Amino acid sequence: MMWIVSSLVVWAAGSWVNYRLANGAFSATRLVKLAVPFLFGVTIIAVWEGLVRGLSVPHVILPPPSAIAVRFAASLDILWVDFVQTFIKGAMSGYIIGCGAAFVIAVLIDRSPFLQRGLLPVGNFIAALPIVGTAPILVMWFGFDWQSKAAVVVAMVFFPMLVNTVQGLAATDKMQRDLMATYSASYWQTLIKLRLPAAMPAVFNGLKIATTLALIGAIVAEFFGSPIKGMGFRISTEVGKLGLDMVWAEITVAALAGSAFYGAVALIEKGVTFWHPSQRG
Amino acid sequence: MMRSVLPILTVVTALVLLWYGAAISMNSKWAQDQAARAGLDLSFTELVADTWSQDRPRLPAPHQVVQELWKSTGEMALKGRAFSKRSLIFHGWITLSATMLGFVIGTGAGILLAVGIVHYRVMDMSVMPWAIASQTIPIIAIAPMIIVVLNSIGIQGLVPKAIISAYLSFFPVVVGMVKGLRSPSIDQLDLLRTYNAGTGATFWKLRLPSSMPYLFTSLKIGMAASLVGAIVGELPTGAIRGLGARMLTGSYYGQTIQIWSALIAAAILAALLVGTIGLIQRATLKRMGMQP
Repeated sequence: MMWIVSSLVVWAAGSWVNYRLANGAFSATRLVKLAVPFLFGVTIIAVWEGLVRGLSVPHVILPPPSAIAVRFAASLDILWVDFVQTFIKGAMSGYIIGCGAAFVIAVLIDRSPFLQRGLLPVGNFIAALPIVGTAPILVMWFGFDWQSKAAVVVAMVFFPMLVNTVQGLAATDKMQRDLMATYSASYWQTLIKLRLPAAMPAVFNGLKIATTLALIGAIVAEFFGSPIKGMGFRISTEVGKLGLDMVWAEITVAALAGSAFYGAVALIEKGVTFWHPSQRG
Repeated sequence: MMRSVLPILTVVTALVLLWYGAAISMNSKWAQDQAARAGLDLSFTELVADTWSQDRPRLPAPHQVVQELWKSTGEMALKGRAFSKRSLIFHGWITLSATMLGFVIGTGAGILLAVGIVHYRVMDMSVMPWAIASQTIPIIAIAPMIIVVLNSIGIQGLVPKAIISAYLSFFPVVVGMVKGLRSPSIDQLDLLRTYNAGTGATFWKLRLPSSMPYLFTSLKIGMAASLVGAIVGELPTGAIRGLGARMLTGSYYGQTIQIWSALIAAAILAALLVGTIGLIQRATLKRMGMQP
């Protein structure tokens, strides 16, 4: 009972503080803008802990955050091995291959308007399909190890990246291209000095979408078969053993890795496209 | 529109040709081994014919997949057994119903939350950063857990899959809808203020109509995400029914043609669902005079 009451109190107090902060005089400052979501997150975790303990929810249904944290700290070595297998080997290599190939092909088909008109609708169509479904096929082709995960990731990131890059390469307007022509710039000079820089906002949009897709692909592909390590493998086996604290620890790792990956790409974007209106203060 | 028909057809034809070619090269090893064991020497045409007609090829040729698709949909329907367990219509229906239920729940909740976020500053500041951050997280990782946990307290079948679908379609809709509800310019909002319009009137007459293009865009993303959620949700329970289950059993028993036909069925389903939203979008925006 104590736990339920105190979690309700924490909830009320957190909401009240947030309400005051959001409607107070300093609501537009950077600090408050960070503090409010942070407080909200802490409140949710505190209420979760309190309710799980107060209502004595069995750990096999929902473990309290403290148990997850303990499990996380106790199995850092397993989590690290899984992280390397799924993220570094599977997701990252697939991400680099897939995005790289899509970028190169986009630059190539950019020379032919005919191919562009054909590939863009087809690419858009394929990007909307449940490509995760190719996972069982690719696992069959490339074996259980990380190569098949990388292949799934390649299949998932390729078309979103292709479509975005092609759109980006079309982003320059006629005046700019005419200017390059009056400089008597060759195709390659125009490409490198004008069109690729102008394409960067769209390219990074594709790269950012692909970060999430890469992790999803790598994890789901492991549900179809994996060596005895990897985040998807651990999640599916621990769920079978009802070791939910371990599952939540893996999910924490996945969430952290996903956010960090996205954040890193966004940071590079900020450096590369500093001139774009969306990046100015 | 007509201008792009020829290029699209060319690209699609090229893809199909590529597929046939890949089928030859990927299945030829098996064909060669079989021939060597039988002490035969395969000519090229025989080899090609064999690679396109194996029972369990590494890569089934397009016509094999189409045949399997027809056998498990149209032919079954003609025999009046459209809902037997061997029919893809049956499995597709299982997946579709979970997708639709999840989609309706997810988008409904997403729109409600977006309305709250636009009107209450505290909700905006506390929830919005999490909603955006959640898009960078592979949420699908929790799918097996939801299925098994709900199964352990006695809920199974449609609902757990629908919850995963709802969860996946929820956040894109929140983010897109908030953007849409905020899309009216200061001028338009000021005009409504000079009319002495209240929050409700501003919402119904300005914010909601101008959010429609954003809503439909995020509905399409949400629909695709819902379908993926339902398919992945069918994997961990041992996979009895649904398109995801067909893929999993296919991968257990090496039935590549079955996997491919389930995959193509899922693709057709996705295209139909997203296409339907596209049609509704067109009709709605046309009625509202937003698109010429």
